[in-house]
Order: sequence, then structure tokens, then C-alpha cells
Amino acid sequence: MSSITLKSLQHSYLSNPQSEEDYALRKIDLTWRDGGAFALLGPSGCGKTTLLNLISGLLKPSEGQILFDDRDVTSLLPDQRNIAQVFQFPVVYDTMSVYDNLAFPLRNRKLPEAELDERVQRVAMMLSIQNQLKHRASGLTAADKQKISLGRGLVRSDVNVMMFDEPLTVIDPHLKWELRSQLMRLHQQVGFTMIYVTHDQTEALTFADEVVVMYEGEIVQIGTPEELFSRPRHTFVGHFIGSPGMNVLPCEWYDGGAVFGGYSIPLNKNLPNPASTSNLQLGIRPEFIRLVSEGIPAQIKRVDDVGRYRIIKAEVGGTNLNIYASEEVEIPSGALHLDFDPNHTHVYCDGWIHEVKGQS
Amino acid sequence: MINKTINQKAWFMVLPVLALVAFNAIIPLMTVVNYSVQETFGDNLFFWEGIKWFEDVMRSERFHDALGRQLLFTLLILLIEVPLGVGIALTMPRQGIGVTICLVLMALPLLIPWNVVGAMWNIFALPDIGLLGKMLNGVGFDYNFTQNPFWAWVTVVAMDVWHWTSLVVLLCYAGLRSIPDAYYQASKIDGATSWQVFRYIQLPKMKRVLTIALLLRLMDSFMIYTEPFVLTGGGPGNSTTFLSIDLVKVALGQFDLGPAAAMSIIYFLVVLLLCWVLYTLMMRNETN
Amino acid sequence: MSIEFRELSKQVYGEVHISHTDLSLNPGVFNVLLGPTLSGKTSLMRLMAGLDQPSTGSVWFKGQNVTGIPVQRRNLAMVYQQFINFPNMSVFENIASPLRIQKLYESQLRPRVEKVAELLKLTPYMQRKPSELSGGQQQRTALARALVKGADLVLLDEPLVNLDYKLREELREELPRLFADTGATVVYATTEPHEALLMGGYTATMREGRVTQYGPTHEVFRKPHDLATAKAFSDPPLNTLKLKRTEQGFEGEKGLSLQLPPFQNVPIGEYTLGFRPHHLRIQCNGKDILELSGEVTVTEITGSESFIHLRWAEHDWVAHTPGVMLFPPGEKLELYVLASNCLLFDSQEQLVPAQV
Repeated sequence: MSSITLKSLQHSYLSNPQSEEDYALRKIDLTWRDGGAFALLGPSGCGKTTLLNLISGLLKPSEGQILFDDRDVTSLLPDQRNIAQVFQFPVVYDTMSVYDNLAFPLRNRKLPEAELDERVQRVAMMLSIQNQLKHRASGLTAADKQKISLGRGLVRSDVNVMMFDEPLTVIDPHLKWELRSQLMRLHQQVGFTMIYVTHDQTEALTFADEVVVMYEGEIVQIGTPEELFSRPRHTFVGHFIGSPGMNVLPCEWYDGGAVFGGYSIPLNKNLPNPASTSNLQLGIRPEFIRLVSEGIPAQIKRVDDVGRYRIIKAEVGGTNLNIYASEEVEIPSGALHLDFDPNHTHVYCDGWIHEVKGQS
Repeated sequence: MINKTINQKAWFMVLPVLALVAFNAIIPLMTVVNYSVQETFGDNLFFWEGIKWFEDVMRSERFHDALGRQLLFTLLILLIEVPLGVGIALTMPRQGIGVTICLVLMALPLLIPWNVVGAMWNIFALPDIGLLGKMLNGVGFDYNFTQNPFWAWVTVVAMDVWHWTSLVVLLCYAGLRSIPDAYYQASKIDGATSWQVFRYIQLPKMKRVLTIALLLRLMDSFMIYTEPFVLTGGGPGNSTTFLSIDLVKVALGQFDLGPAAAMSIIYFLVVLLLCWVLYTLMMRNETN
Repeated sequence: MSIEFRELSKQVYGEVHISHTDLSLNPGVFNVLLGPTLSGKTSLMRLMAGLDQPSTGSVWFKGQNVTGIPVQRRNLAMVYQQFINFPNMSVFENIASPLRIQKLYESQLRPRVEKVAELLKLTPYMQRKPSELSGGQQQRTALARALVKGADLVLLDEPLVNLDYKLREELREELPRLFADTGATVVYATTEPHEALLMGGYTATMREGRVTQYGPTHEVFRKPHDLATAKAFSDPPLNTLKLKRTEQGFEGEKGLSLQLPPFQNVPIGEYTLGFRPHHLRIQCNGKDILELSGEVTVTEITGSESFIHLRWAEHDWVAHTPGVMLFPPGEKLELYVLASNCLLFDSQEQLVPAQV
């Protein structure tokens, strides 16, 4: 187990990058503490897989350094970095049994059979595949094969970091629950540093202590799931996290406060005037818009019922927004009146959150 | 599995091919079967012999010798070409301009007409003026493929290896290309050696392709005619007279149609048997 | 324009892919086939399309028996999970291809292609080849090709499953609207209940080759006929509890005793109680509350809600609560469910209706 530090890390797949666009990954500086669970979240092409492969050593970075604890591992090969990786689709050695698959990395490291057996049995129990140890690996379901891939990383004692590259992609939804909760339990038991790459926000938020949101090669925000939910620093984070994502509404600055659709929106803090008032937006999540009897009037366009809750698609003066209503709330027909929760209303200037200096 | 819908019109499209196959394959085959059970002295006079020709052929020492040589040849071919082909496929680059260059180089031997191959090697191996012949003699070997059976064998085998290994290479290369990168990455992380990567990842994934390559080489080498004929004519003596060369000698040289026909059929059945055995052995694990 | 199955079944090498099915899908409506992988959704779609022939039974379309008719002669369009487009043709050519097969003239063809391209936001990419497009754009091209054909039957086999999470959200909203105006019968296969609830007019739940229920989506969701349907329609998985009805009430393992007022009159026997994860509460007000307990195995937190995984006597439950609540593993919690939120299934896994 070790902490991971990235120093001025950049990567381009081209041999002679000329400009910013040529870089798949732009300058990154960050430190992940030992034993934590971290997620890299972002849409396809945002650079998260590139970053993962740089940390695991499958790619050598164009610039910058990678440190495990205080050791510079930038030029080390994957098997010298003591990492384990689980890929998008299960990677198992078809000709071997489940037992031999799990034992493979240990046999390569010349572990004595007795200790090897104990480890394999223990890991098989953790993953609930102890009854299949004698079976050939090729005949199992995708979920079980992924467990074997996972197991090969868990049997080793010298693992610094475990990495997951969208591992639940081929798994059925109801099995995803089982595997995810098993992963979490494993993390609590074993305490490895774990890095999890995904484009699915539920997976990232449930798994990680800290999530790194990426977009087009850059880190947009790093924070706990709560922080990302309550205080997105960029409209992209607000949009990407949450289903549906944050409402981003055009707004104006007037008299020291925000104005939307002609209505003054209360904020819970005294904000200074923004540097430019030309590209201002108001961000509020559907969960924080309340239905009241007197407030901003809105027209209901449609209500989507998802069983547990409903999403009201409404319109205020030509702008569409989504409102979250849980099962019990009654939705009036026709016109609505809305109230924005001041604690969760944010102002964004050119996409970035506008706030008092010194606030985190 | 797609069940093709029944379309009666398709039979009309197939008719020309059916006619061609019938003319070129079925009818001659039936003719051969016909000849194999009869005796003829020409002039369309036929006498029923039953299985006499079959018995004769099976008992003839000449047939046994030719069959023996053939089996040895095929065995050598498979033992050399398959591992060599796999080895070359493993070292071929998977990306970049090298891929095209290698593929073209590998394809070249396969494009040459077979009798030209025989002729090429004939000249190449001439002990006095051929590049190979002169070089081997210069180095100290007493090389003469027209007079020495051992060298004749070496030359014939070398020629076949040069000609056909590329087929194995191309097939195996295609099989290797289909292995996703993640397997190599995972094995690197597991600390596997190159040998283990080969044994546990590459070989199993290549199994289907390798089966095809083996079957093709088995069949083709067992039926080989043109190249050795042009190269050595079956000589010196009959040391490189393989089954098909012998068959042609009997049929066209001696004009013993009956025995030749019987030999053809036995030949055909032997090839069929070998292929079936090999296929079953290799596919035995697939249904698990 | 409805599609109907009569006594349909399909076996392949002795394996039953579809068992005895009678089903009639409604025309002009978004029909969802919901079920886990290998439940028979794709097999059923292939039978609808004519790509496969049934082992028994028949397929009827618009009142006519189309069972033997090859797929080329049926007027249908199909979109797959993998983004299937003609790789050598531009987006424009791809979308135009079904119209070209119908032998339309260029002047008739062009406006239709452009209109559909605009609906699917492909106008800036018309001259690109599929390899130059992102996954989402490739799938939009495939959808455009299906839409422009104007077919009576449109089959969509999990078309969004290979797309990014946010792209899926976007397309999920657009798809029903796109096909609603054509009046075609649309069949959409998916494994996610969430999608069915958001998109479907009607849903058919499937499990192990059988259609377990078909009806308006919200009705199937709220009133499943059997346990299989309830399970198929639940994400996170449905919580279940085995109970025995005795003289006194309902008894479970570990001496658990419950009163279920809506089910007081059910006969003695074995039952399964089902309750959805968001109905399993940490605190509860109201009448007729069931009291349960469980031990926390792990808690998953998204920024705004928590999934608490619990274990009680061989049952694994998930409680889905709003807000961020972190419970350490091993902690014992008191849990509550409103009796009115419970579903009761008898020993044959059929729903027992509640008496209010």
C-alpha cells in the first residue's frame, strides 16, 4: 500500500506535440493518500484511461513524474510497480482452472505451495467463488470471470495500488449491485489504495472517498461525493453528476444579486460582483427546487415517473428546467410555483463557480 | 444462429456450379471407381475384377515404400513448418509500416506457380552452378541432390518449407492479431515470462487457426506432386517418389488403369482418415 | 398495426429460448421488453423480425400471418447494441441507403434524409464516415437509418447500452418522441427498469424465455402479477422475506412475528413478502408499520443518497435512503416498512391482492 503522487504529469500520444490539443492529458498535479478509494470519472475520451495506464506503467508519460510513496516509479515497468489491474472485460487464462488462475501470480513470484494455497483459499472465500476452484475458467459467467481477475490482484501481498478500468461494463445490472458491494467490503477488509475509472457516476460516487472529475484531458474538480453533489465547481461537474444533472440557467447580475427570468434569486452568502457579467449562469440541482404556493411561476411540460420519484419538466420564461419530486409529493396541475433553496444555488461565471475568495 | 430463409430460386443460381463440379469432380471420381474394379486392355473392353486391384495394391511393396516415404515427408513438413510458422508469426510486428512489409514478404512465396518453384529450386540447388549447391559444396559438404538420396530429401523438404511456411505464418498472425491488448497487459502485471504468455494466452487463442493451418498442410503435403516432380523427377532412383508421383507413373507411365484407380481410391481414403483423426484430436476440447 | 404471437416457442438444440408465449403488442406505442440477459429478449425480437423461425406457433402482423415470410419482405427496421453502419459510406449515404433500396429518386430522397438527420442532430456530420464519429454519433446514424425508412415495425435491441451514461440519458429522452410521430409499433429491449419507466408506454417483462406480464408500464411496475415480474422491474434488487401464515399472523425466521392488515384474510401457507429498497426506512411514520431489523454489511453513498446493504437471517437487503448516512459495517439497525408498500406473493410466486 502506498500513496500516489503525480507531478506535472502530461501525456501526448503524438511524438511531437505542438499545442494544448495534442495532449491527451494536460498538466496534472495531485496526491492520493495511502489506502484510499479514488475514482476517475468522466465521459469517453476525457483521458481517464490514459491516466490509469500511466499510473500502472502500461504507458510511459511524455512529461512529468509518478511517485509511489517517495519512490519515483516513472521509468519502471508494470510488474516492477507492484500494481494489479482489472480490465473492462474479464481476462482469465482459459486453459487453467480457477485455482490455477488465482495461483498464477504467486507461482511466478516463487511462493511456497502451502502459503500459496492458504492465500488462494482466502481470496476465493472473499469473492464467494470457493466452490468453483476446480472448474475450468473458460466456462464461467462474465461476473465470475471478473471476480477471478480481481482475485489475481488480491492474492498478492506486494500490491501497492489496485486499478479498475470500467470493470462492470459487461455485467448485468442486478449483478452489478452484488459486485459493487463486494468491492466495497473488500476495500474495507484489505485496505489497498484503489483507483477506479468509470463513466458511470453511481459507480464512482458509491465507491470512492474522493472523485476526480475529468473532461477533455483536464481535471475539473476533485472532491468527496458530497462536495461534488452540493458544490460543483464547474457547470460540467454539475451537469455530469446527478441524474438528471444540475439545471444551468441563464442569469443576470443586478443590484448585488442574481436575477433569473426577471425574479431575484436569494443566495445564502454575500457575493462580490463577478468579474464579468456577460456569461453568468445559475446552477441549481432538481433536488433543491421546492414546490410552493407563492414563488417563481412555471409551466409544467411533462412529468416523468420513475417509480421512486418523478421528474417534472417545467419551463420558466422560455428556459427549461427539471424539478425532482419524491413519491409522496403531490404535483399540482397546470401552473407551478418554485422556490430555489439558497444553500444550494450557485452562480457560475464562464462555467466556473463564483464565490467569495477563501471559500473551499 | 441465423436460419437462412428458404428461397427456391437459389437452386437456379447454383446449377452452373453444380454442373461444373459434376463435370470436373464427380464424374471423373465415378470413372475412377469404375476403373478400380475392372481390367481393361484398351479398345473399351472391360472385365470385372472385383477387389483384385485393391488387394494387389495393398500387398505391393512398391506401394508400401511410396506410402512410407510420403508419411515421412509429411511428418517432417509438419514438424518443421508449424513451429517455424508460429515462431515467425510471433516475431512479426503488429503495428506500423513493418506490418505491410512483412505481410507482402510472407505472401510472395505463395504466389509463385508451383512448377516454377520446382524449377527455381532445381537451378538454385545445382551442385556446380546453383547458388545453394555451389555454396554447400564450397563449405565442405559433398552436395549433389541428383545423385544422393539424402541431399535430395533435404532439398525437397527445404523447398517445401520455403514455399509453404508462409501460409502457416499468415494464418497464425491473423489469429494473434485478434487477441485483445488487455491480455498482454494483465500477464505483464502477473509477472508472466514470455514463455508463459505464449503457452497460456497466445497458443490457446490461436488454437482454431492452428488447426486449420495443420489440416491444410497435412492434406497438401500428402498430395504433393508438382514441386518434387520438377525438382527431382522422383529420383535419384525412387528415393523421392512420393505417393502421387508413383501413382502417375503407374497410371500414365505403365497405363495400368485398374491398379492406378485402386491406388487413387486408397490414397483418397488415407488422406481422409488422417484429416479426420487430426481434426477430432484438436477439436476434442472445444465442446467442453 | 399490432404484432401478435400465438403459442410461440423456440428451442435450439434442446435448449428452450422462448417458452409457450401468447402476446399481443400494441400499435403506435413504445413497447419495452424488460428482463435480465439471456431472458429471451433478443430471441423474441429475432422472431418478430423474421431472422429466426419459431419451433412452434406463429407470428402475426397487422392481422396477417407473417411466420414464413423472410425478413427482406417485412417492412421493419432494427437497431443493435453495436453501432452498425456501412463503414465505407458517409453519414448521408448511410441514412439514404434504405430509401435507395426502395428506389426513390434523389429529389425525393434528399429532403427526407436531411429532415431525419436534423432530428438526430447529425447535420454537421453528414459527410463523415462512421469511423470518424464518436460512439454516440454512430448510434444516432443507425437510428436515423431506422427512422427514415418509415417502417411499420421498429426493433431496438438495447441500443444505448454501449454508450456513455450521460449520452444514454440524452437519447432516452429523444427516442420515444422520435418514433412517436411515425405511428409505427416500436419494440425496445433493455435490462434496466429505470429505462422502461422513463420511456415505455407498455412493458413486457421477461424471465427465462417467458413473458411474465404485459401492460402499461406503470401498472406492471406497481402491480406485478408475480414475483418474477417484480424482480425484473426492480433496480436495486427487490428485497424479499420468507413468511408463513399461521393462525396468529405471519411468522418468519428467528421468531419474527408480523401483522399484515391488508393481508389478514389470506389462507395458511408459505408466502414471500416483497418490498422495494426505497420503502425500507430507517425511521417511519404512519400506520401499519412493519418492524424489521438487520445488520449492516456495507454502505454506499452517492452525494445525495445512500444505499445501505443489510443482512438478516440469510436474506440480503438494500435500503435506499435520501441523504448521506454512513453506518459502519456490523451495526444493527431497526428497519421499517409501511404495510401498504408491501407486495405479497404466494407459494406459486403469484401476487396476492391486498384487501384495503
